[in-house]
Amino acid sequence: MLNDSDRIYKNLYGQLDWRLQGARARGDWDGTAAILARGRDAIIEEVKASGMRGRGGAGFPTGMKWSFMPKESDGRPHYLVVNADESEPGTCKDRDIMRHEPQKLIEGSLIAGFAMGAHTGFIYIRGEYYNEAQRLQLAIDEAYAAGLLGKNASGSGWDFDLILHRGAGAYICGEESALLESLEGKKGMPRMKPPFPAAMGLYGCPTTVNNVETIAGVPTILRRGAAWFSALGRPKNSGTKIFCISGHVNNPCNVEEEMGVPLKDLIEKHAGGVRGGWDNLQAIIPGGASMPILNKEMCDTQLMDFDSLAAVKSGMGSGAIIVMDKSTDVVKAIWRLSKFFKHESCGQCTPCREGTGWMMRMMDRVVQGKAALADIHLLEQMTTQVAGHTICAFGEAASWPIQGMMRAFRPQVEARATDYRPLQPVAQAAE
Amino acid sequence: MCLVEIEKMPPRPQVACGMPVSDGMVVHTDTEMVRKGRRGVMEFLLINHPLDCPICDQGGECDLQDEAVSYGRDYSRYDEAKRAVAQPDWGPLVKATMTRCIHCTRCVRFTAEVAGVAELGATFRGESTQIGTYVQKALSSELSGNIIDLCPVGALTSKPYAFTARPWELRKTDSIDVLDAVGANIRVDARGAEVLRILPRINDEVNEEWLGDKSRFSVDGLKRRRLDRPWLRENGKLRPASWDEVFEVITARMKSVAPGRLGAIAGDQCDVESLLALKQFFTALGSPNIDCRQDGAVFDSSCRSFYLFNSTIAGIDEADALLIIGSNPRHEAPVLNARIRKRWLAGGFTAGLIGMPNQLTYPVEQVGAGSGAIKALLEGTAPFANILAAAKKPVIILGAGMLARPDGAAIHSAAWQLALKYNMLNAEWHGFNVLHHAAARVGALDIGFVPGEAGKATVQMLSGGVDVLWLQAADELDIAAIGKETFVIYQGHHGDAGAARADVILPGCAYTEKDGTYVNTEGRVQYSAMAVKPPGDAREDWRIIRALSAYMGYALPYDTLSELRAHLAVLYPIFSVENGFHRFAGTSITAPAGDMTAMDDAPLTAVFPNYYQTDSISRASPTMAACIAAHVPAAAEAAE
Repeated sequence: MLNDSDRIYKNLYGQLDWRLQGARARGDWDGTAAILARGRDAIIEEVKASGMRGRGGAGFPTGMKWSFMPKESDGRPHYLVVNADESEPGTCKDRDIMRHEPQKLIEGSLIAGFAMGAHTGFIYIRGEYYNEAQRLQLAIDEAYAAGLLGKNASGSGWDFDLILHRGAGAYICGEESALLESLEGKKGMPRMKPPFPAAMGLYGCPTTVNNVETIAGVPTILRRGAAWFSALGRPKNSGTKIFCISGHVNNPCNVEEEMGVPLKDLIEKHAGGVRGGWDNLQAIIPGGASMPILNKEMCDTQLMDFDSLAAVKSGMGSGAIIVMDKSTDVVKAIWRLSKFFKHESCGQCTPCREGTGWMMRMMDRVVQGKAALADIHLLEQMTTQVAGHTICAFGEAASWPIQGMMRAFRPQVEARATDYRPLQPVAQAAE
Repeated sequence: MCLVEIEKMPPRPQVACGMPVSDGMVVHTDTEMVRKGRRGVMEFLLINHPLDCPICDQGGECDLQDEAVSYGRDYSRYDEAKRAVAQPDWGPLVKATMTRCIHCTRCVRFTAEVAGVAELGATFRGESTQIGTYVQKALSSELSGNIIDLCPVGALTSKPYAFTARPWELRKTDSIDVLDAVGANIRVDARGAEVLRILPRINDEVNEEWLGDKSRFSVDGLKRRRLDRPWLRENGKLRPASWDEVFEVITARMKSVAPGRLGAIAGDQCDVESLLALKQFFTALGSPNIDCRQDGAVFDSSCRSFYLFNSTIAGIDEADALLIIGSNPRHEAPVLNARIRKRWLAGGFTAGLIGMPNQLTYPVEQVGAGSGAIKALLEGTAPFANILAAAKKPVIILGAGMLARPDGAAIHSAAWQLALKYNMLNAEWHGFNVLHHAAARVGALDIGFVPGEAGKATVQMLSGGVDVLWLQAADELDIAAIGKETFVIYQGHHGDAGAARADVILPGCAYTEKDGTYVNTEGRVQYSAMAVKPPGDAREDWRIIRALSAYMGYALPYDTLSELRAHLAVLYPIFSVENGFHRFAGTSITAPAGDMTAMDDAPLTAVFPNYYQTDSISRASPTMAACIAAHVPAAAEAAE
């Protein structure tokens, strides 16, 4: 279990002062200028050495991502964009960072901005986070007033402006290139890659998009050293991570834990256990709605980190753990997710636009007991026609819950199959 | 369908159309993964696409049908309900059946990028995405018909052409558009004796792949108000007559007056062949009174580059500054206007306008409304002078309508001086452009269809200068000015203003019914082709003149079209080499005659009150009338 002294977020639960004064008392903004004085390359090397992987879901090594930014500007400005469009169902970690530890995010933005040569940072916050946006704006204003942002930010000699932008509430705007489109004022539709944002991002300029938790963790890593961070967790999956535990547990919560913590420990120790005991557990979605579901046998021994979850064909995602006990109709739960993905597909790529609707309708029939075995096979086969055939990862996100269900709960799904035949249209004489 | 597999890339199909080519890339276009990917996309495209091909106008020329045959399954695995949406009304030209839409957004991108009007967009998202105008309205672009061609399925089809024919029933003839002076390359689709529709052909130097709405949708005007037999006025009323009868009357009348009292005015859609025949016929009669400028323009046309669009249409792509004088290219040549917009989108281009402000789909600096602005530019005092002076390849577009003003020659000369002052005339570049709107004008000027020595021009002919007036399909002139005693011979294809005044009517051919030569505003010689036979007793125009000349005893020296064309090429070498089109250098030309000081300061208003009805064909077209009702309410009210 993680020692209290190793926690990055000391005020995750909002019991302490969130304002600048309180944050400073917890160590934020301590010697920021000295950190920047180490230079760009040193900061990037330190982040690389820490083994920090992007906390948004894909788990891409953060230091490497930063190193993709051009070393010298070719005349175009560089931009840092913080992805605070936390829309993955079950996820609420960034929200608590933004309302209880906003200065960590702001300081991290300055450091990250400096490391990639950006004088401007944007925080794209989801529209539904109204109160969080208000508070984050207050925190940014406080930082400006204290000289921590703006010209000669924090006495470092680096000019850095941070702009908070509210989205309009679309799941797809959490995809980095759709986010950039939305930030530019266009319809949030993902862009084709390449070119990647580091070459051509916001307004065609080099841009790096990072998750809130990634950025907020950076100042602490640089203060305490890469060795400290990489000592936590498991190899290639180092550090701490905020897990969001929801569903049928006695005490749903956000908790910061080491990477690689056993799933069972996480739930038993922090979330007060599954409702009705561990044996009443039926299924867990380990990484937010888009990650494949696990059955109880898988959960018994599962470790929570990127590679361990990928090994069981699921994923760490955003770290949102959705627990379902035996009272849950798993098929119906997945149907609800299909409905969500059908609603949120942007409609740019054909397989996703049409496929999500098809999936939802077929799941609808499975739930209602109006699906034959052949339909279930078709459903599973059809999801493979969507995943991997779209510009962004939404095709996978929409397909994986169903594919995961077929892997982990095949018998339960097939038990729903009936001898249902869809009504065939009757051929009518030409009128 | 552009999915391919690329080695050393993630093991998933890649989109070929969006993937930058890199060195050493190995691309497989036909592997199991690629085939599976294509089949999958095809299936998804079809699941929500209605199976209404038998009642869909796109049937037979539908990209989705073709792709489905090439890549799809032969059965559907989709048992759920299909999506359907309400049918919107986008005005009289485009029929939108959005249930068939596959959300490719080509129409959205065309209207926003090429046509330059932000009228279409995608609302909602995912499966619920709908392409539309949001607030229901008629598409106001003059290029809106092109989205019909662009739509890969039957979601956008031609409203006037709805349920008319299948593509395989049509006889396709490559031809030239004559409803404006751009000379857009078109394909005329006909079945039997009827022209059913007109589509653009690709010619990157002229119209690229676009066509204006008037040129595309005026086809229904080709079957209405047609002159299909000779007519003769007796006791104030027209009555049908035979060719012999009318020839006899004409001969008697023409021989009874002095040659100096005979006159001919050519209209805006005449082919060069008929004009040459008419000119030679009048020369044989001994009359110098011929004029192709029915709008009354008088200016120095002694040199070709005085009246051509010298930079050429494709040359706009190179220009970096533009001054429009008294023209509204959006109405006078919408395809050319799209070209200017394309140039503006590419950046490094500034446009200025002298004349009445209008919405041109790109920003225009208003230099002034009247000729005072031309003087200011000549003196270098207007702010726009700096832009022109700094430009490397500036161009002037002078609206042909300005030449028809009483001070037309003065404006012509002043514009030429502007071109000289701002370095538009040099060995590499000729930036002096006249934008005509009459398809026949340049060709007619090329063969010298202007008053000969001591000849009378249009204005004198109209105001009693002649006793016998030959109107060669000329309708856009002040008919009321023709004296009561003047004997009017009208040769043309539509019962329009000219025919209503005529004493004798000779039925000719519209541009779809004859092989004709046309010269577009940039001086490009192009050939139209006969797509259908002329109606009834109507004959090709040059044949009528040839027949009459023989009847009167002055037989013209050609019996066939090829003889006539050979004759034409001998007299005027520009007609001799097909595709021998080239750009002129702007040097060693003496300035056109004209007294610049004669300019008056009346605002330079564009000539067309509206875009849709400007000639006898579009005036006869119910579709164009519907456009007027939808877009120009004032004109529609005035007509009632």
